[in-house]
Amino acid sequence: MAKEQLMSYEEAIEKFEVVIGLEVHVELNTKSKMFCGCANIFGNEPNTNVCPICIGLPGSLPAVNKKAVESSIAIGLALGCKIAPTGRFSRKNYFYPDLAKNFQTSQYDEPIAFEGKLSIELETGEVFEVLIERAHMEEDAGKLTHVGGSTGRIQGAEYSLVDYNRAGVPLVEIVTKPIFGAGDKAPELAAAYVHAIRDIVKSMNVSDAKMERGNVRCDANVSLRPKGQEKLGTRTETKNVNSLRSVENAVRYEIQRQAYILSQGGTITQETRHWHEDRGYTSAGRPKSDADDYRYFPEPDLVPVQPSAAWIEEIRSTLPENPALRKKRLQAAWGFADLEFRDVVNSDLLDQVEATVLAGASPQSARKWWTGELARIANSSNVDIAELAITPTQVAKIQTLIDSGELTDRLARDVVAGVLAGEGEPEVVIEKRGLKVVTDEGALIAAIDAALASQPDVLAKIREGKVQAAGAVIGAVMQAMRGQADAARVRELVLERAGS
Amino acid sequence: MSDLIHRSASELAQLVASKEVSSQEVTKAFFDRSEALNPTTNSYIYLNRETAMAAAKAADEASARGEVHSVLHGVPIAVKDNLTTTDAPTTSGSNILKGWVPQYDATVVSKLRKAGLPILGKTNLDEFAMGSSTEYSAFGPSRNPWDLDRIPGGSGGGSSSAVSGFLAPIAIGSDTGGSIRFPAAVTGSVGAKPTYGAVSRYGLIALASSLDQIGPVSNTVLDSALLQDVISGHDPMDSTSLPNSLGSMADAVRNADPKGLRVGIVKQLSADGFQPGVKELFEDTVAKLQAEGAEVIEVDCPSFEYSVAAYYLILPAEASSNLAKFDSVRFGLRVTPDGNPTIERVMAATREAGFGPEVKRRIILGTYALSSGYYDAYYGSAQKVRTLIQQDLANAFAKVDVLITPTAPTTAFKIGEKVNDPLAMYLNDIATIPANLAGIPGMSVPNGLAREDGLPSGVQILAPQMQDAQMYRVGAIIEKLYAAQWGGPLISQAPKLEAK
Repeated sequence: MAKEQLMSYEEAIEKFEVVIGLEVHVELNTKSKMFCGCANIFGNEPNTNVCPICIGLPGSLPAVNKKAVESSIAIGLALGCKIAPTGRFSRKNYFYPDLAKNFQTSQYDEPIAFEGKLSIELETGEVFEVLIERAHMEEDAGKLTHVGGSTGRIQGAEYSLVDYNRAGVPLVEIVTKPIFGAGDKAPELAAAYVHAIRDIVKSMNVSDAKMERGNVRCDANVSLRPKGQEKLGTRTETKNVNSLRSVENAVRYEIQRQAYILSQGGTITQETRHWHEDRGYTSAGRPKSDADDYRYFPEPDLVPVQPSAAWIEEIRSTLPENPALRKKRLQAAWGFADLEFRDVVNSDLLDQVEATVLAGASPQSARKWWTGELARIANSSNVDIAELAITPTQVAKIQTLIDSGELTDRLARDVVAGVLAGEGEPEVVIEKRGLKVVTDEGALIAAIDAALASQPDVLAKIREGKVQAAGAVIGAVMQAMRGQADAARVRELVLERAGS
Repeated sequence: MSDLIHRSASELAQLVASKEVSSQEVTKAFFDRSEALNPTTNSYIYLNRETAMAAAKAADEASARGEVHSVLHGVPIAVKDNLTTTDAPTTSGSNILKGWVPQYDATVVSKLRKAGLPILGKTNLDEFAMGSSTEYSAFGPSRNPWDLDRIPGGSGGGSSSAVSGFLAPIAIGSDTGGSIRFPAAVTGSVGAKPTYGAVSRYGLIALASSLDQIGPVSNTVLDSALLQDVISGHDPMDSTSLPNSLGSMADAVRNADPKGLRVGIVKQLSADGFQPGVKELFEDTVAKLQAEGAEVIEVDCPSFEYSVAAYYLILPAEASSNLAKFDSVRFGLRVTPDGNPTIERVMAATREAGFGPEVKRRIILGTYALSSGYYDAYYGSAQKVRTLIQQDLANAFAKVDVLITPTAPTTAFKIGEKVNDPLAMYLNDIATIPANLAGIPGMSVPNGLAREDGLPSGVQILAPQMQDAQMYRVGAIIEKLYAAQWGGPLISQAPKLEAK
């Protein structure tokens, strides 16, 4: 299907009020699945992490993973939600081959967390308050691979393969209330909101939070209404928008598409839509109505989840700082300029820089190491910087040695290379590679005297007061010392020996 | 030793324990008889001499080492074919599972194996335990040893005919609305449905999860008590299983004393409209208990009037969802239709061919009852009735220790008599259903042969939740009163079975 006709974004925003609603699915990183003991691991051979329960064999029964409940409560608390003292699971009944039991076990009318809110700050500094309706627990479905068609979709496929490794992986679905008043910022707000959720669950370590792996997935609801109209317009739900940029682009596209249809006197069909990342448009999925009949009823194989107040408080006490507040705090404490700080954040290096500072390095030096030399190495060797074989403590140690004059910048880079090569702690590398700055002044003086003796013209210039001429001698000394001397000290000594 | 087959399980256990006979001799005796008579009674869907004898040999070897694994060590047993077994196909009486050998044992089956009970085979049942006669089994009806033209009750007619025909000393049944108790009543045997959650349902192919309970089938009250003691206990694989032990049922039987007993007669189930002979026998039981000094009180349970109606909404609703997994994708039958076999068409063709008429009837009923717009009127109202029945029972049990009722309105009916009249079939369970709706324990004990047809009748004993011991106590009292009158158990009056 080709792209549909669009209204220009500016015109759409001028004519219509945009209302968005976001459903974010967070895959938890618990060791085992939601209702069985199978490993929750991404990327294993298909159908190796399966058992009678998650492939729905007759007679099997679910049992709730307590850790998943704990993570769900933690997410609820981090989003400022109330936690339900008792919550039932329900069955959502529909037939689909990736759904082993042909029903999904999910919370329906009794979510574990409800009525929260989250402040979202855009890059412009504008702050929006997003109200959270609920966060509930459910299980993921298996993964279908459609073989033989040109599109990779089920239509036209010759056959389909099912991998149940993902079946039963615990999910938390976070649903916002309708978000009004974002105007032309609606697409940006949608992306910033998903970004914030991702940062929060990542900081809590309850999810691997990798959008490219589907750990965080977003369904974006968009509707438009003519300005001044009270009644909400018909919405569409764009499914599985799996990158921050796509969230923004998909919302923007839907605004322009719906605006064009409405301006032509058309009506919006309530339906799910697919986002085509490569070509940047949405296409119609299946029609959806509020009366979609999933025949929900309480899951009779599970007893209600009833977290005690004491347990909830215990979980609350372990929550990490809100990532947005943390950023504000760190930028102020470090005194970084906006650009410097954004560089650290966008490179996902906040944790490393903070740990390096805590280990004793100055904020600026920590920043320079991580966004400079180490980023360059990671980039050129094509690895994730978080996976480099050097710790913030080691970086801080190296910086301390520079500050005390025991290493030069050049020597320090050699030490880093040694640490990365697995040669040991910085001290060990320095020892093994012989990288210490030469502090034996006798050796330095000997080298200086030799250099001065071999360059009498330079010596004469220095004595005449032309101290900049000392550079040539310093260069020769540094060369003789194979770089392992403190250039500033050498300079002092040269001037001293020249007797100027 | 001669005539092993007419011994009770407790006697056989003692004989094995004292090494007067071996488990292999006992198992062989029952196996030989089962092989000879199963063509007549059709009690078993599957018999396996090899695995039964191997288990008996293992039990004997354990005995030789001085190990006794349970109070029923070495006693062979029959298992209803809706419990998963790794060494025998498990069909649940359905064509859709024909030939499926499960990858795991039901918890109860594991317990039986660990307790040293050789499994003789898998017994017949109405398809997915839906029925009161075994006529809905895909493997043909089982026959009542008292009259081979009559039904042995259902759904557990395979187990009841095996035990009352001495093809097994004891058997496992499952009871969703009377599937253990009704078959026991019409075959002159004993059957108990424990408190919901007393026995793990893990590996029981679910009919209606909130009503299903596994229980014992036997010829004596003590044998049922011993078997319940072996199979009950908390199971982490079944979230609805009770956390605590209910104590020893065998002790309750051995120490049964009528002193101070208060017995309630339910006004709504006091045998009005029941078969006259059944009514007379029930009145006789009441008189006998009074003569023993029991206080008999009439109690009012007005909501019982709605129990069948509520049951036939809750059961189909849960069943429609539980049976959704039978879709040909992962196990069991697969029917590929001609033309373009999409997954939907394969699922539909498989379910059309694999399910019998009663199963389809209940799936349709349940799907309807859960549909949006009907949920409140049907499923919602049925759940309210369930609460009212629980309240009726709480009020009654405030005044009495147990309730007694006739187990069934009639004695065994003829094969074919009700198979085309679902409503008449459903009414067989009028007295047994309230126990499942309330989760309380109930058992059936023989109380004589009806005057008009000379067929067995049973009296049902209901006790408060988790007071299974109280139920066994009264069962033992009634059994003893009749043994004194008959000079032995009722089952000894059954006609001798002849091989075909």
